[in-house]
Amino acid sequence: MTTTGPRPPRHTLTYRALAATAVCGALALSACSAPGSGGSPQPKSKSASSISTNPAKAGKVTLSVWDQEVRGGQNAEITRLNKQFQSRYPNVTIKRTSKSFSDLKTTLKLALSGNNPPDVVEANQGYPDMVTFVKAGMLLPLDSYARAYGWTKRYPSSLLALNRVSSDASHFGEGKLYGVSQMGEYVGVYYNKTKLKQLGLAAPTSWAELTADLATIKAKGELPIQFGNLDKWPAIHTFGVIQAATAGKQEVRNLVFGTGNAKWTSTATVQAAKTLQDWAKKGYFPSGVNGIGYDDANKQFGQGDGVFDITGTWEAAALKGPMGSSLGLMPTPPSARGLATTGGESLAFGVTSKSKAPDVAAAYIDFITDAKAADVMLKTGNLPAVPGAAANALSSSSIEGQMVAGWQKINAANGLVPYLDYSTPTFYDTITAALQDLIGGKSTPQQFTQTLQADYSKFHQG
Amino acid sequence: MPDRVRAAYRRRAPGEPRALGYLYIAPALVVFVAMVIVPLGQSVWYSLFSWDGLSVATWVGADNYTALFSDPTLRGPFLHALVLLIFYSLLPITLGLLLAAAMSRVRVRGLTFFRTVLFLPQVLAMVVVAVTWRWIYAPSGLLDEGLRAVGLGGLARSWLGSFSLALPAVGVAGTWVGFGLCMVLFLAGVQTIPRERYEAARLDGAGPWQEFRAVTLPALRPQIAVAATLTIVAGLRNFDLIYLTTAGGPGNSTAVPAYEVYHRAFEIGQVGSAAAVGIGLTVLIFALTVVVSRLVEGGR
Repeated sequence: MTTTGPRPPRHTLTYRALAATAVCGALALSACSAPGSGGSPQPKSKSASSISTNPAKAGKVTLSVWDQEVRGGQNAEITRLNKQFQSRYPNVTIKRTSKSFSDLKTTLKLALSGNNPPDVVEANQGYPDMVTFVKAGMLLPLDSYARAYGWTKRYPSSLLALNRVSSDASHFGEGKLYGVSQMGEYVGVYYNKTKLKQLGLAAPTSWAELTADLATIKAKGELPIQFGNLDKWPAIHTFGVIQAATAGKQEVRNLVFGTGNAKWTSTATVQAAKTLQDWAKKGYFPSGVNGIGYDDANKQFGQGDGVFDITGTWEAAALKGPMGSSLGLMPTPPSARGLATTGGESLAFGVTSKSKAPDVAAAYIDFITDAKAADVMLKTGNLPAVPGAAANALSSSSIEGQMVAGWQKINAANGLVPYLDYSTPTFYDTITAALQDLIGGKSTPQQFTQTLQADYSKFHQG
Repeated sequence: MPDRVRAAYRRRAPGEPRALGYLYIAPALVVFVAMVIVPLGQSVWYSLFSWDGLSVATWVGADNYTALFSDPTLRGPFLHALVLLIFYSLLPITLGLLLAAAMSRVRVRGLTFFRTVLFLPQVLAMVVVAVTWRWIYAPSGLLDEGLRAVGLGGLARSWLGSFSLALPAVGVAGTWVGFGLCMVLFLAGVQTIPRERYEAARLDGAGPWQEFRAVTLPALRPQIAVAATLTIVAGLRNFDLIYLTTAGGPGNSTAVPAYEVYHRAFEIGQVGSAAAVGIGLTVLIFALTVVVSRLVEGGR
């Protein structure tokens, strides 16, 4: 039953020898030195006196800018601001390269390590990106520009902190400033006004009221909180909000930025984990929440399934469509420990250390983040990090008005706590997996906090 | 000089390949070395360092490789990949064989139509496949609603959210994608089997099963080897389906090596570790394909 004819003889040995030689040769070719560009000294901040804040005097300049503002309102906002900047300073040409967030993330490292990196780049906060860039000496410290342009007065300190990296590049949240951001975002509580009314409830004004409402809503047969965690990250925000309410903003900040001796295994964090698990057990979330997509859950909320939806301001526009005036948004209601909610800001616009026109680059960054720029952002449907005059004209019953009012309230109370996955380079993996375990009942609140602490200790010791 | 060249040729046995042959393959070889071998060597080199992708790397020797065995977040993905091979390779081949055998025995009306429909999943973009299966597996999705409709509501669950079922669930999606290709390969193979063999088998009193075992299966050996190699390679480097359905969750129960490579290299800046996972994956794929060609092709 031979089905194939005689085979040609195999040159097995020859192939092997060839392959071995090739691999050895390739190794020899690449094995000259350790990978990575080394030895470049940390760039120094320019002295305040040598800074020119007037790009008109800079002569002919081409400014290469890499951003990730590709989506509707964001693209509109940047396009308009770029045009305004160039008509004000005709000697400056902006060469814009815009990529989606993940494309930018995967290509920026290579671009920065080249000899002609862009002048202005949008860098993602956190260890894998901004801290790595600073460590390799790719970004220019902007502190003297911050003084010249008054950025430290413009922004709340909690927002600037996210763009600061310590001088030894071992952690972030303090140290030199490496960029400023255009837009803000926070995790709030969306609520269905119609449903609340039907249930005879008012929008909760405190954390205690919110948690009491959940039980009432469940008892009356409605879904208290719409939630989907198949994509793993949404639970960071839900847990972040609970932890901020339970442990308070200072403890969370200490944890994330690695200051003080805060531990993830603290009583308050264990309590927060227990609350999250209880909510899942008591059916305050839809059943099978780890198998529901984030977008699907929000769509369900938009269609009237669920009284609350705890998620970020980035969902406002999408939820407004189907819900109209029955949609409400508030920052997480204050607990006994004060007003605190998870949030942050868009990627930071920074200047590369190899830029030939750092003064013009900084002037550009100032231009796209000042009060006039904030109004442009607001008109194009974005939430500016520092709202300008146009924000006061918004109706307080509109979702945009509530979103901006909430943002101003949070910043007035200095209540913004950073995203928990900033804690260590690997924390995103650790906490997303651990949260799915916790919500799925596979681990106890104690085990959950121990898992987080193990990752945390490893990073802060090593 | 020419004398020596001539002498060199004279020493060869007639028919022995001449050195000139290397000149013919040189263009392809140069491209291959530049595009495949050098990057491979580079990956091996990177895998010996702890490197964030930018600043100077630190030499860690084989640490990244020992981590493949000692670190549960790296060992897990390799185990999952092996489990997934059942769904990505074994099941599609089995299904493909059954379908090919059935289609070759029974004259089906509109055979081309069915063949096209069954092959369709292979043509679809993986993104489409992933989004579709996410909907099917959602707690109020097609599968659960279907189960409820036939009175099996007790079985309905959050498939992708279940720690024990998420991996098989993603696997089934992979089976659905892969079996069409296997079937088409086998159908093509079946058509080359001489009819006489089937006639002879039937004369000897063989039933459908014996006929399949004694005639179809042995004749399809080369096709099975091709199908196995293709599906194993596709299965082991599978990234998009996992990335788009579960992102490795719930917990880490569906994490796979290819996803770890991307995640470590581009998202969390552990280039050395990513390279080590990549090399590990390469070695695994290489070993498995060698085993397949030995077993199925029956080579020496």
